[in-house]
Amino acid sequence: MLKVNNISKTFNAGTINEKKAIDGLSLSLKEGDFVTVIGGNGAGKSSLLNAVAGVWPVDSGSIELAGENITGLPEYKRAKLIGRVFQDPMMGTAPDMWIEENLAIAMRRGEKRKLKWMVTKQDRELYREKLSELGLGLEDRLQVKVGLLSGGQRQALTLLMATLKSPKLLLLDEHTAALDPATAAKVLELSDSVVEKNNLTTLMITHNMTDAIRHGNRLIMMNAGHIILDIEGEEKQHLTKQELLDKFAEVAGHQEETDAVLLS
Amino acid sequence: MNLNFLNLLSRMPSACAQGILWGLMALGVYITFRVLDIADLSVDGTFATGGAVTVMLIIGGCPAGLALLVAILAGVAAGLCTGLLHTRLGIPAILSGILTQFALYSINLHIMGMKANQTASLKKYGMFFENGKGFLVSSRYIPAAIAVGLVLAGIVIFALYTYFGTEQGSAIRATGSNHAMASAQGININNMKVLGLALSNGIVALSGGLMTQFQGTADVNIGRGAIVIGLAAIIIGEVFCDLFFRKGANFGIRMMFVVFGGILYYVAMTVILWLKMDPNDLKLFTAIIVAIFLAVPYLKNQAKTSFSRAAKHAADGKGEK
Repeated sequence: MLKVNNISKTFNAGTINEKKAIDGLSLSLKEGDFVTVIGGNGAGKSSLLNAVAGVWPVDSGSIELAGENITGLPEYKRAKLIGRVFQDPMMGTAPDMWIEENLAIAMRRGEKRKLKWMVTKQDRELYREKLSELGLGLEDRLQVKVGLLSGGQRQALTLLMATLKSPKLLLLDEHTAALDPATAAKVLELSDSVVEKNNLTTLMITHNMTDAIRHGNRLIMMNAGHIILDIEGEEKQHLTKQELLDKFAEVAGHQEETDAVLLS
Repeated sequence: MNLNFLNLLSRMPSACAQGILWGLMALGVYITFRVLDIADLSVDGTFATGGAVTVMLIIGGCPAGLALLVAILAGVAAGLCTGLLHTRLGIPAILSGILTQFALYSINLHIMGMKANQTASLKKYGMFFENGKGFLVSSRYIPAAIAVGLVLAGIVIFALYTYFGTEQGSAIRATGSNHAMASAQGININNMKVLGLALSNGIVALSGGLMTQFQGTADVNIGRGAIVIGLAAIIIGEVFCDLFFRKGANFGIRMMFVVFGGILYYVAMTVILWLKMDPNDLKLFTAIIVAIFLAVPYLKNQAKTSFSRAAKHAADGKGEK
């Protein structure tokens, strides 16, 4: 489904702040793969997601999604294939627009925006139904400005918006990191169910090792712009946090142990 | 001081008529300032462009209504220019607007045959209800001007309300509300900005064309400060809108109040002039009023959560708890 082929990206090349964010990374996801991504600060996790989403072009390498080479497509053109939830709950929704308007915009993700009335009656029914699945009572507040919702509600709404029109790939960028533990657990649970229900191919960054182990069918660990660990299936299911930390130390070498502490 | 109240009353209809026409311009400013969240300064130039195009076409024998349509297109072109400077060449929005406005001064002079003003006499061309192709509004026919102004404002508000309810219009709103969200949802935010700026300047040029018909004269300086007047109309309108509707007013009602704000602004200016204040001071007054109203939301917020207040609370609460 997703084929990332030897991509690299360097920021501020040629300056004192030069930073190699991604260094010859390759990754291949099968349809329905749910991959959790972990790694220390600056390991390149978010850069990987941004590269796939097309926030900026990569320096070299290629990215293929659903059989289409998307390396040269800007963010807004890739959006027809990709659903995203950001770390910042404020980033995924338009605060000045109603809940139903936000959903209507998401409903036409990647399509040409026509001169057609945006929210139709039958759409509204669908939104109501989907919102009630979130279990947050939002289905009765279709005409409320999203800016009035809490961070958790907005994040749940963003998740719904990212998947309302089934994407070929779902990118979750530490999407529960800014939420309180109870809300984070709820949003994670929602993510799990929506991914399962639609059999979505998913990349999820998390800072929480337990979450990384418990969710998804595959786990990759990143360091210095590389994938240093890739575990899936049976092996992943039996993984423990300690094993993960040990593997990290083993693969990354001793100088990285401080990072391991950061990870836990 | 010799103040004649009847004299003030007699000036009110004209103030209302002009207020409506400027309110129409404020609708254009509203699109950029409130919907797109861009302060577009090209309007000062576009307003004059609308006037220049209208007057020259009328002088050339074009029906006044058709002249306005061409004026709108000229405004759209100016807006496109600002939008492309901003999105394709990476120039900050506010500077792009200033550049367009600056360039338009020369262009407007060219349109008017290198004269600073051009007059189309009402006597020669007549009103639209006299011969079908005459002026739509004129200071000689105030009630008709008010009626035409209101009808046109109504049409523009209805059109904008409908447009911003469509998929495309909503994409513009989403762009103004949250760039990141719009991009992630597959909206080309650069194109939406260009579209919004073009639309806005088209409306501003329409207003400029009408104002020129009202006065019978196009002046290269007529648009000077238009952006500030537009902002004043928006802010005054919003204050009253929130007063009547709290925060619950929909987009259409908000736009009606913007036009109402334009009227109030002109009424206030008329009163100030009636009080025999120097007309040259009007701009200073307007600037002060707009600055105050723009500052109010910020200051309100500050009053709730400021460091000095926190310090005061801390000092007051000494020894307690």
